[in-house]
Amino acid sequence: MLIKVKDKSSVIVDGRRRYMTESDVTDESVYQQRRQLLRGLGFIGASTLLWTNGIVGSGKARADTFKTQDLDFAKSNAQTVPDALTPEAKVISHNNFYEFGSQKHQPAENAQSFRVNPWSLKVGGEVEKPFTLDYEQLFSQFVIEERIYRLRCVEAWSMVIPWLGFELGKLIKRAQPTSKARYVAFKTLYDPEQMPGQRSRLVGGGIDYPYVEGLRIDEAMNPLTLLSVGLYGKTLPPQNGAPVRLVVPWKYGFKSIKSIVEIQLTEKQPPTTWNILAPHEYGFYANVNPEVDHPRWSQASERRITKGGLFTRNRIKTQMFNGYGEQVADLYRDMDLSKNY
Amino acid sequence: MMTRRPSRAALIAAKICIHLTALSWVGYYYFLAITDQLGSDPVKGIIHFTGMSALNMLLLTLAVSPLARNFNLPWLLGFRRLLGLYVFFFACLHLLNFILFELQLDFSLFIDEVIERPYITLGMLAFVILTALAITSFRHLKRKMGRHWQTLHNLIYAAVILVVIHFYWSVKSDITEPVIYILLIIGLLLFRRQKLSYYLRRKVARISQQ
Repeated sequence: MLIKVKDKSSVIVDGRRRYMTESDVTDESVYQQRRQLLRGLGFIGASTLLWTNGIVGSGKARADTFKTQDLDFAKSNAQTVPDALTPEAKVISHNNFYEFGSQKHQPAENAQSFRVNPWSLKVGGEVEKPFTLDYEQLFSQFVIEERIYRLRCVEAWSMVIPWLGFELGKLIKRAQPTSKARYVAFKTLYDPEQMPGQRSRLVGGGIDYPYVEGLRIDEAMNPLTLLSVGLYGKTLPPQNGAPVRLVVPWKYGFKSIKSIVEIQLTEKQPPTTWNILAPHEYGFYANVNPEVDHPRWSQASERRITKGGLFTRNRIKTQMFNGYGEQVADLYRDMDLSKNY
Repeated sequence: MMTRRPSRAALIAAKICIHLTALSWVGYYYFLAITDQLGSDPVKGIIHFTGMSALNMLLLTLAVSPLARNFNLPWLLGFRRLLGLYVFFFACLHLLNFILFELQLDFSLFIDEVIERPYITLGMLAFVILTALAITSFRHLKRKMGRHWQTLHNLIYAAVILVVIHFYWSVKSDITEPVIYILLIIGLLLFRRQKLSYYLRRKVARISQQ
């Protein structure tokens, strides 16, 4: 999708002209202030008759917001997309991170006191030189670069996010994989004390924790595959997977596992959380594919989360491999992607 | 037991209150959604708000007659039609939101979704029932239809079951809320077990006669 600024008041989205609305140009800080104001007013009580789940001002004020820090990084011209960025306020408040609650607004509310330092990321399995990174080393051992990627959720919404991080391949190379290493398995922190979704199946959406994910080794070594430690110039907020998460931009979002504590090289294909939960709905590969529908909804198009309210025309066609086919289509050239979904 | 029937003025005042509350909440939520203040995805927000409101109104409507009977408050029945029409109102908004804001007038996608997605098929079936009930809610039509009116309006029980399955199937994995609704609906239907089993038995009898 290309967005070109045509003149002062209109832009072309997907070949259709649309006019910029007030919210297109609403300043980020004003947007935040409005949200704060609504939160402060505590709108929920009276709405419970009509709707039991308030999105707006869910009552919990964020007094103790998690502190993110500015990161030094190299701007990479190679990996960017022409699409407009999703505003930071939306990137950090619309999250699927069931460990902190299964509704989109809950992780931002429930994760603010999450402890990321000390942290320990273990790299092991089928490798010659296993090692562990502590919190500081996550930011100091590899050159941090900015990558602007599309993120396509399996639920048919998408964002465009400026990530900060380093290639997963560089970390794997350092561990020197053995000849048996064919897959890479990832594991999220298991800490029920900090993660209400792991304490209660009711909060955590019925998932067996810890959350696990996996890639084939060639997918993991692809230069697009990122271990992210930040977004929008700063370290990651907890709801986005602090302190370190995976970003695989050509796969559905649930592959991009958050708050990783363990990376294991394996010989066999590792189990993956959503595949265990509903194998007919979520496969191991989970490549973005407009031709293979989710059993319950179409994947042919998506709604891009950007600035703007109800009347924003944000439905766009979903691209094969989320638009990254040039870099990754070769990985799957002999595979039937409708079977290996 | 004697109960005092509220005055006509009090009943009218109560109805006006219901209208004002419902309409101002709807207006307020649409204002938030249009100005991008209803969560990060206002489209999902407004679809969820109108759908849940329709379901809640449906439960309220179904609660009227058990309340009226068990607490001897026959005047409550005078609110049933109004509440029922609000169910239809919210269901219309819910469907309109889906077509206008979620699918953004992609009608071929709409047809595909209705045919291919079981939860949307069920939702549409429920909407057809609600439409029939709303159209036949006028008093003179009710009189004209005679006993057929009651037969038709018993479809509300089918609608509530369709709606709650529609809700259950639409969630990704956290089924707590739909399960709570299913329990509430079972409770409301239990109040009518005699009526429902009578109808079911008559159906079975009629089929076996043929």
